[in-house]
Amino acid sequence: MNLRRDVFQAIADPTRRAILLLVAAQSMTAGAIAANFNTARPTVSKHLHILTECELVKPEQNGREIYYHLNPTRMKEIAEFIEPFRKMWDDRFNKLESIMKNYKPKK
Amino acid sequence: MEMKTKVEADGGKQEIRITREFDLPVELLFKAYEEPEILEKWMGTKVLKLENKDHGAYRFETSDAGGNVVFSANGVIHEFKPNQRIIRTFEMENTPFPVQLEFLEFEKLSENTSRLYILMIFKSGAYRDQLLKMPFASGINMAHNRLQEIAGKLKNN
Repeated sequence: MNLRRDVFQAIADPTRRAILLLVAAQSMTAGAIAANFNTARPTVSKHLHILTECELVKPEQNGREIYYHLNPTRMKEIAEFIEPFRKMWDDRFNKLESIMKNYKPKK
Repeated sequence: MEMKTKVEADGGKQEIRITREFDLPVELLFKAYEEPEILEKWMGTKVLKLENKDHGAYRFETSDAGGNVVFSANGVIHEFKPNQRIIRTFEMENTPFPVQLEFLEFEKLSENTSRLYILMIFKSGAYRDQLLKMPFASGINMAHNRLQEIAGKLKNN
């Protein structure tokens, strides 16, 4: 439960979401990630640390560099958490839309 | 893939935001919330009471094929402003879930399109997560599916 909440806190931050988008495209070093932001390098490191703790990204040693890459399993878990609820409303609203498209006002 | 209905539930917060754009004039979108017979169709629940006015109240109930009530909910309508806004509470009966507050904003985008924005506020983040996770979503969907089965049978007769 606690871990769960942490994950949601992790993705609530816009910078961390941006980092996730970056590493989703390709594995990157902390330096390469930081180059995409105006914020100071230590700030980006802090964000990476949180994302790593929540297992949203995984650091991997490659020679002298550490590359961060996305953990798709974890990301999928998050999407699925909301998905049934979203699907329920999507179904309802689709129905609403089709009903109202055929709506004839009573006289 | 563009999803028509967007649901946002930020971590550490106790709210859910639902956004949906409709290929409908805002008047027709609002009518789907206003007319009990229409509401029943797309919500898949029976409307026992719906007082569309400030300080009004409403009550929904869903039964299975055997007539057993599987879901019931009620609330107070705090504000009712046609084609613009509904502010109401929502509470599921016979469940441990506390009452939640709902802001529904109806917005005209063009002559034939509109947007609905729903902000749901929960007693705590934990309750919100619990609701998102299971009983509510699956419970209503099950009731919903049963109702569709019934409707299907009725049609065939």
